[in-house]
Parts: sequence; structure tokens; C-alpha cells
Amino acid sequence: MYAQLVDTGQKAVQDDATMSAEDRAFQQRIDADVKIEPQDAMPEAYRRTLVRQIQQHAHSEIVGMLPEGNWVTRAPSLKRKAILMAKIQDEAGHGLYLYSAVETLGVTRDETTEALLAGKSKYSSIFNYPTLNWADIGTIGWLVDGAAIMNQIPLCRCSYGPYARAMVRICKEESFHQRQGFDLLMAMCRGTPEQKAMAQDALDRWWWPSLMMFGPPDASSVHSAQSAKWKIKLLSNDELRQRFVDQTVPQAEYLGLVIPDPDLCWNAERGHYDYGAIDWDEFFAVIAGNGPCNRERLETRRKAWDDGAWVREAAVAHAAKVAARDRAAKEAA
Amino acid sequence: MSTPPRNEWPLWEVFIRSQHGLAHKHVGSLHAADAAGALRNARDVYTRRNEGVSIWVARSSDLHASAPEERAELFDPAADKIYRHPTFFPMPDEVKHL
Repeated sequence: MYAQLVDTGQKAVQDDATMSAEDRAFQQRIDADVKIEPQDAMPEAYRRTLVRQIQQHAHSEIVGMLPEGNWVTRAPSLKRKAILMAKIQDEAGHGLYLYSAVETLGVTRDETTEALLAGKSKYSSIFNYPTLNWADIGTIGWLVDGAAIMNQIPLCRCSYGPYARAMVRICKEESFHQRQGFDLLMAMCRGTPEQKAMAQDALDRWWWPSLMMFGPPDASSVHSAQSAKWKIKLLSNDELRQRFVDQTVPQAEYLGLVIPDPDLCWNAERGHYDYGAIDWDEFFAVIAGNGPCNRERLETRRKAWDDGAWVREAAVAHAAKVAARDRAAKEAA
Repeated sequence: MSTPPRNEWPLWEVFIRSQHGLAHKHVGSLHAADAAGALRNARDVYTRRNEGVSIWVARSSDLHASAPEERAELFDPAADKIYRHPTFFPMPDEVKHL
């Protein structure tokens, strides 16, 4: 998902019998659906896992602005351009809500930023793919934001208060993202054959990376099981992926687009769509930094951070000067 | 809380009044160099969809919070004073306007 392969630092899922008294008391609060708040005592492993997960999630929102920013100057109409800018501004806002949630866990904003720029903290694999034609913008809204909603709605109920509250705000805004994407694709699919072909091309390229967003099957993963026990992961990767496929196939049919998977078919017995094998080698290559755009994305973020340094410094200097002037005026009075 | 490193802008808490007549409500936090910057950023981050008609910002370092370990001592005494609620007093059906 937006946070993939989050390491809990555990070799086995914590066992209630062998836990320390503090950890057991903490687990009982989680089991009773009591929200954990920043000042509350929490096991170090829970805190560290949450920092990693929310940082990845926040970085995904911020890096996620880049593939879309690629099309701001070339949007086909003023209406589409205004919508795209509003969406990109939302992504920045989502990143900021989540960065604030990380800070409540005792990590400074600068430390989080530096973790991204140094390549130590990850972001979602999906944002390392290029946006090659205008229909990619619609496809991202429809598929990528659609997949994000699938994951984020359960997270509104997660055990950590600030993360859950950030998710509530984000989910309220995400629906606009998904609908504007579908609306854009409806326009293209009802347009000329060339426009419809662009939409099909975008779906062909984004379908499999979108399914990879949910991460590899994790039914047997220690980290996923521990995160589930802590209620910071509510559903398994495969459960979410199946829901996503089931809801998306009829939408593609409505658009008259073909999902690029010859194995895709309705399984009446299961009541779900079956789908073909996912190329996990590609996923792990992208996660390891070898996707089509990994290097470009990080370079763009580093440049933005470095180019903005003088603004950050000037604002601090200005604030100090005004404060000193106010103090002097008060003393003189 | 640890001291902010180098040039990191200080943290501010943001409160928004959603409509005239309602109280300001905490919505989140953000970084800004000064109060004017905090208000500007709050407008961009927290009111993109008509969420507010008024914004307050306060430095996070100026807020004081009750401690979680005092929770029982502070809040438990209210739990057994059910007579503070109007529903404690059953009223006869035939008596009106009470």
C-alpha cells in the first residue's frame, strides 16, 4: 500500500504469556479498542513501527505529487488544470497531516525529511512509474487513489489516535481524487478512437503496478501479524487486493476498457474475480530503488529541499527580527 | 520535548471555528516561522473546502496538558455523581415542562 513491507523489528508475533507486564497492559488496551494517544506509555517496538509506517505513508503523499505535477502545464483545459492543481494541493496537505502524526511520536519534521532524502525511508512503489500521456492522470485518480481509499478507510479505526484522525481527514478528501480520475477517463473513452486508445494504454501500464501497491501476500508474515495485533494493519494485503479487483473490473467494463490480464475471470464459487500472477520481481526491484523513476523522484525532492533552504532561513531571521523589535518597543514604552 | 534542531520552524496547534456561533476546535498542527506564517499555512492546510470562518494558532510549546497518569485522580470522581445528570430524577408522566 502507501506503506509497504513495514518492518516491526519482531522475529515472532508477541505472545501474551511471555510479554512483560507493561506490554500486556498495553495489549489489553489495544484489544479493548482504547485509542493510544501521544502521551501514553507504549512499547518501543510499537512506536518505532508506527514511525516507519506513517513516514512511508507521508512520503508517498509528497512524492505522489511529482507524477501529477508533470501534467499541470499540459492539462487540456483550464477546468482540468484547476482540478489537477487542487488534487496536488490535497496530496501536499495529506503529507502534512501525516508528518504531524509522526512528530507526536517524538521524531522531528527535519529528521523525517532527511530520512526520505537520504533514501533511508521508503515511499510507495507506485510513484516510481512515469506519467506518459494525459490519460495517466485519470488512471492514477481512478486506480491509485482507489487503491489508497481501500487501505485508508480501515486505518481510520487504527489504534493510534493521531494516525486515525489524519486518516479520517484524508479519506474525506480522497473520494474527490478518485471521481475526478474516473470522470477524466469517461471523457476520453467517449472521445475519439485515439483518445480511447490513450486511456487503454494508460490502463495497460498502470494495472499491474496498482495491484502491487497492496504488497506481496502477507498471510504468513510475522510483521503483518504483529501489526494486526497492534491494530495498525486491519486487513491483509490479499484481502484488500481482492476487494480492489472486485470493485474495479465492472468500472473498467463501464468505460469499455480491457484489463490487461488474460486470466481475469469471475469465479462464481468464490464470489470473487480470479486474477493472474503478479510479477513480484518487478515489485522488489522498484522497492530496491530500480524502478523507472526512483532516481528522478529523489533528485527532485532533494533539489526542492536545497532550493528552499534560503526561504526557510529567511523566514526564521525575519521572525527573530520582528520579535526583537517588539521586545525593544515594549521596553521603551 | 526535545529542542528543535537547527532551523526547524516551530510547531503550532491550529483551531478552526467552522460556523459562526460554534467554538474553535483543534484540527491539527503545522510548522511556521511566526504567527502570521502559521495563520497563512493553516488557511492552506486546513480550510481548502470551506471548513472554517476563523482560525486560531498557538505555539505547541505554550500548551499545557494533563498527564495520562493523573487520569483516574482527575476524572474518576465524576463517575459516581450520577445525580449531576437530569436523568437521575424520574419525573411523573403527567407533570409537564420539566
